[in-house]
Amino acid sequence: MKEVLAIRWHGRGGQGAKMASFLLAECALEEGKWSQGFPDYGPERSGAPVRGFNRISDHRIDIHSPITDPDIVIVLDDTLIGKVDVCGGLKENGICIVNTQCDPATMRSRLKLNGRRLFTVDATTIALDEIGRPIPNTAMFGALAKASGVLKLETIVREIQKRFKKKFGVEVAEQNVKAVRRAYSEVKGE
Amino acid sequence: MKIVGLTGNDAVAEAMRQVDPDVVAAYPITPQTELMERFAEFVSDGIVKTELVLVESEHSAMSACVGASGAGSRVMTATSANGLALMWEMLYIAASCRCPIVMTVVNRALSGPINIHCDHSDSMGARDAGWIHLFSENSQEAYDNTLQAVRIAEHPDVSLPVMVTLDGFIISHTLERVEILEDEQAKKFVGDFSPKYSLLDVQNPVTMGPLDFHDFYFEHKRLQVQGMENARHVVREIGKEYGALSGRDFDYFESYRMEDAELAVVALGSAVGTARGVVDELRDEGKRVGLLKLRVFRPFPRREIVELLRGLKAFAVMDRSNSFGSYGGPVFSEVRSACYGQGLELPIVNYVYGLGGRDTTFEDIRRVYQEIEQMASSGKAPDDIRFLNVRE
Repeated sequence: MKEVLAIRWHGRGGQGAKMASFLLAECALEEGKWSQGFPDYGPERSGAPVRGFNRISDHRIDIHSPITDPDIVIVLDDTLIGKVDVCGGLKENGICIVNTQCDPATMRSRLKLNGRRLFTVDATTIALDEIGRPIPNTAMFGALAKASGVLKLETIVREIQKRFKKKFGVEVAEQNVKAVRRAYSEVKGE
Repeated sequence: MKIVGLTGNDAVAEAMRQVDPDVVAAYPITPQTELMERFAEFVSDGIVKTELVLVESEHSAMSACVGASGAGSRVMTATSANGLALMWEMLYIAASCRCPIVMTVVNRALSGPINIHCDHSDSMGARDAGWIHLFSENSQEAYDNTLQAVRIAEHPDVSLPVMVTLDGFIISHTLERVEILEDEQAKKFVGDFSPKYSLLDVQNPVTMGPLDFHDFYFEHKRLQVQGMENARHVVREIGKEYGALSGRDFDYFESYRMEDAELAVVALGSAVGTARGVVDELRDEGKRVGLLKLRVFRPFPRREIVELLRGLKAFAVMDRSNSFGSYGGPVFSEVRSACYGQGLELPIVNYVYGLGGRDTTFEDIRRVYQEIEQMASSGKAPDDIRFLNVRE
């Protein structure tokens, strides 16, 4: 099969997991790749566990079945850990990125994660500081770019500026860009 | 040509924006809701000139569509599942009045139990209503089929309504890469609509939908059959014309790695993409397998499909809907019946899959190929329908 990179987002309703998967798919298109972004549709309520998914490839993506063995897992809310199997199916050489105040070593033991690469970043604090709201999804793009190199930081910045300017205005767009850049420099890995 | 990230719903809304139909009458239902929301924004923002009729039910939506179409308008709408079921009576009337309405059906399981996820029970249930049915594998095809549907429906040899389907959530809510035509290209392709008959053409008065008893009802039905038969060549011609414009050719079906295949699967909708991946994997393992993706379900391309299946040793037909008490789902019944008397002595098996949005994975489809391989060597098909990935 053709090489396809799979990403799974875990969050709670309201934290922007769906929006993140759509934005990521659009960033990948901007880089000339093929991509998909889709959420789980179930009983979406504010605060309920939700998931978002991405596929990215240099070739056309035909497959539309669910993602069960992602290359990258992004956790928007560390209170999900222990309740949702966030690293379930994560590939042996996969990457897990968690929004948390914990350092990577502590998070690794909380996740009981063997092998694989683990990154942490306090995206909620960054979002509160820069955007004034505890919505960590955009900051996690900065962490993703640094940890995985899947996307270029500048593509993310450009897409957020373009799309957020239209929807939320220039000020909100720039606040989100700052959050992305901060998470890019603050993410820690092991 | 532009490359954009669109969900299936957005892709159809984009096609509708480019078509800029005279009238759209619709009622919201999951998973079609976002499609109509998007189109309603185009209307509110003055991007299209469409008269959007917001009705109180799908029965009224299709009734308004029939009325507007009879008045000579270009008409489009969209629905899903129970919404389509509520239109039932009017679906037949739209077809028998020869109204070239284009309707997107975002496939969703019919209740009950209540379920919002994908299967094809809604549009398959309407397969005898007299509509042309085009199935889409992904957002790209949902867009492409919508533009072509306008031309097919309005072709003077056809003059029938067309249903374009896409899989609910799996396609309707997945954002993916879609190539869209420039507005001028799309508008030029669909062209202007000049109806042969119009209730508003007072110089040439006509009657539509009158009482029609044993004296002429049958003849009118016979003409309706002819319109559907004529659609066979029209679908192909327009598919070619659209191919020249977009670089994406369309026919009754797409055959994938069928040249020297011994085993094959016939499927439609989004599961085809997964099956294509399975075919690639099995080919790498040296298996001679292929895939036939059906695009046009009505009119059913029986002769052409048989020619493709003739060289096989066994094949499976996948149905994402059930026909209770029948020997197999709607696609199976058509395909198997088409093979009768054509000299195909080979095992044919039906798999019903994905009801109510049940996942269909790579492994599921691999298993289908494994099982038909066994049937090919034994020369025997099972006597029953197979249900894929269900608890028994």
